[in-house]
Amino acid sequence: MSNVSRRKWIKAGVVAATGVAGLGAAARIAQRYGLIPPDHGGIYGVGETLNYASYKLCTRHSLAREFSPSQISKPPFANEIAPLNDAYKRLQAGGFADWRLTVDGMVDRPTTFSIAQLKSYPSQSQITQLACEEGWSYIAEWIGVRLSHVLNLVGAHRQAKYVVYFSIDLNWWDSIDMGDALHPQTFLAYGMNGDDLPVGNGGPLRMRVPRQLGYKNVKFITRLTLTDSMKGFGKGLGSASPEGGYAWYAGI
Amino acid sequence: MSCKSRGAKENYVWHGFWGMQTVSCVGAKSNRLYTETHTHSLMQINCDLREARSDQTNICNTRRLALGCLSGRGPSLILSAQRGVTPQPAQKRTMERSASVELPLEANATSAASSVPFATVRSRHSALVRVTHWITALCFVTLLVTGIEILISHPRFYWGESGNVLTKPLFQIPIPASRKTVPTGYGYVLPDQNGWSRYLHFQSAWVVVLTGLLYVISAVFTGHLRKNLLPCKGDVSWRAISAVAAKSLLLRRPSEAEAWSYNALQRLSYLFVIFVLFPLVIWTGLAMSPAFVAAVPVSVELLGGQQSARTIHFFVSVALALFLVVHVAMVIVAGFWNRVRAMITGRGTGMERI
Repeated sequence: MSNVSRRKWIKAGVVAATGVAGLGAAARIAQRYGLIPPDHGGIYGVGETLNYASYKLCTRHSLAREFSPSQISKPPFANEIAPLNDAYKRLQAGGFADWRLTVDGMVDRPTTFSIAQLKSYPSQSQITQLACEEGWSYIAEWIGVRLSHVLNLVGAHRQAKYVVYFSIDLNWWDSIDMGDALHPQTFLAYGMNGDDLPVGNGGPLRMRVPRQLGYKNVKFITRLTLTDSMKGFGKGLGSASPEGGYAWYAGI
Repeated sequence: MSCKSRGAKENYVWHGFWGMQTVSCVGAKSNRLYTETHTHSLMQINCDLREARSDQTNICNTRRLALGCLSGRGPSLILSAQRGVTPQPAQKRTMERSASVELPLEANATSAASSVPFATVRSRHSALVRVTHWITALCFVTLLVTGIEILISHPRFYWGESGNVLTKPLFQIPIPASRKTVPTGYGYVLPDQNGWSRYLHFQSAWVVVLTGLLYVISAVFTGHLRKNLLPCKGDVSWRAISAVAAKSLLLRRPSEAEAWSYNALQRLSYLFVIFVLFPLVIWTGLAMSPAFVAAVPVSVELLGGQQSARTIHFFVSVALALFLVVHVAMVIVAGFWNRVRAMITGRGTGMERI
């Protein structure tokens, strides 16, 4: 072995060792600061983790853009919804008076709320855009109560890392991290464009997460669960989306 | 690059070089070869005004160049010199100076000018260019395919902040969609491929952006940008460019000279892709992200809205796809395997056709 090639090998070895050590340290730091998304495994895990980690590091406190009332999409848009189940239809027949939102998991006081109760809390509104991963978008005024308000009422535990939310449509559930859950623009929305939330837009209750794409904004919410781990929820990937091939983090 | 040199006596064609490696073995019999190489290298260097700024650098580069040629590992002598070229006084001086500090060169440098190029294996692309090229190529194709998959879920385009099937589109691509909610006029719906396409689109974007940054930063520091990408002054005229363009359009095989660097049109198109299209496609891509625009609202406001960003993203992607087509076509015209081999191994063996 000549000197040149030995030097080359040593150099390559040092670079490789530094790389491995660096990656290991990066992974530990990322874990420590919650930069790893639940669907970080698999062949697309690297990209997903980079998306989520850079979002958490750079844009965590930024506010979604708000628009003027004149920019609200006309006519108002509603994406097609899957056929509604019997449980929904029964509640719809009763004018959603019996619609309940259950909040449980890592909270001091598991509570069930009616829509009327939610409406009695300080009402907020935002004119923001809902963009779909398919490419279309619309702007609407969303009215609701801040999710953070409800989480304060039930006494969310400090150790909780995710809010998991379920639709009455059993195949549709999702989750957001506590950063998003406590974000001032994250609403439990019950109104749109000055009126009750239409069925086509998720009425009577929809999760509104304006810094993420449409599919994180689950319609027909009936239950919230706070947890510190996504294990035990479906396949443990964070939501129904990754099980269907879509990313858990939908800020891009 | 085929910079036609300036000045009446310098009627030779020269080529750029880079990726010089210092090589230690120089055979005893090689002195003459060395001299020749040395001479031409000096000419090459001196005919470029930008290169001529520092004699010391030139000597250094020349020495490494020459040594590299001899061992067959470096870039080489490059000569399609016309006969009757004599070194300018300045070159002679430089040569003597370098000769005194280096190998025992043969003194008669002028004999080299009319010599015939010798066959040798020559370095064409540096390892960094090759690695970044193929990573970029892979990501490019991946982004294109996944981008098309995402596009067909909603093949309508809008201008402004928002747009959906209730909005009048700017234009619509007449293809079936992968969503039945889109009125395409076709009676069927394509399968939904958006999930993995989006995952892979962003993953490839990360890889290609990081690779691109590495390329641009190293291009600045190694001189690749200056030597191989920025066109020579004399080359940036309508006449010069249209001459190259006409040659390319006629699908003429490029001269041997062009096998060793990029011609002016290539340089301009590479610069346009690297410094205009790539940044634009990254910017418009990010301007579609609700999280990114929350952090940097001006990124989407400058473009006129999220749907405008999407529309521009589409057009830039079309431009990039056209670049890919022309790029591959030109490689085929120039000799596919030769050029591809040069981009894989870094070595060209272009002498056989001389």
